[in-house]
Amino acid sequence: MKYKYKVGCSIENLKGVRDFIRTSLKNHGISDLEVSEMVLAMDEMCSNLMIHAHDCNPNEIFELHILVDKDDPVVFEIIDEGTAFDINQFKEPTMDNIIHEKRKGGLGIRLVKSIMDSVEYEQQRNKCICRLAKKVNFN
Amino acid sequence: MVQIKRLQEDGVDIITPIGEIDASSSIELDLTIAKSVGEGFTKILVDCSALEYISSAGLGVFMSYIDEFKDKNLKMVLFAMSEKVANTFEILGLYELLTITKDKVEAKKLVQ
Repeated sequence: MKYKYKVGCSIENLKGVRDFIRTSLKNHGISDLEVSEMVLAMDEMCSNLMIHAHDCNPNEIFELHILVDKDDPVVFEIIDEGTAFDINQFKEPTMDNIIHEKRKGGLGIRLVKSIMDSVEYEQQRNKCICRLAKKVNFN
Repeated sequence: MVQIKRLQEDGVDIITPIGEIDASSSIELDLTIAKSVGEGFTKILVDCSALEYISSAGLGVFMSYIDEFKDKNLKMVLFAMSEKVANTFEILGLYELLTITKDKVEAKKLVQ
């Protein structure tokens, strides 16, 4: 199954992103806890993109695709025009730095890397696809 | 998205976020904690029983107060998290950095 969602880059739309993911993954026999982890990781990815790549401009739009098939890893694709912010190139600050220098930025990326099995980027002409995958248990 | 209630009991300020805290609503949590500190409360409890979701923006708010609370000898305890919310704190190892407990009775004991 493939699910698609278009979203404008306002952080007010993050709630809609989370609801889209929860609804899409609802009837596939994935545990609530695993769904909630993927919702969290994708919220972090989308809020990063909205804030850092699009300055929260609601007129700039990206697409979120979810591919879910029994016994395969769940795959999320963020399809965006423009250049990627590659989280694999980003060195997260240590927890000490986050506390003492109040660097709130690194926490989200730390969550994404802890939750997802892989994060890959593909540049296609004027599009950038960020693909995240997670192996889950299907009941 | 999030509604935040405050209630005072025995000199303890109890902050109750209701709903979801994300990048668009974490400022509400920040303002509420800042207000509590500004009013002179030294014992702050955060009732998480109605907190349905929290992203890194909200976690960052709690972490941004760790140093200040230590310096001023203020105490903050979070309690009554759902399994999903608790899991978010666990992924980042925040149980080591924040005081988190199961219910209000325990939380009150920890700040007294």
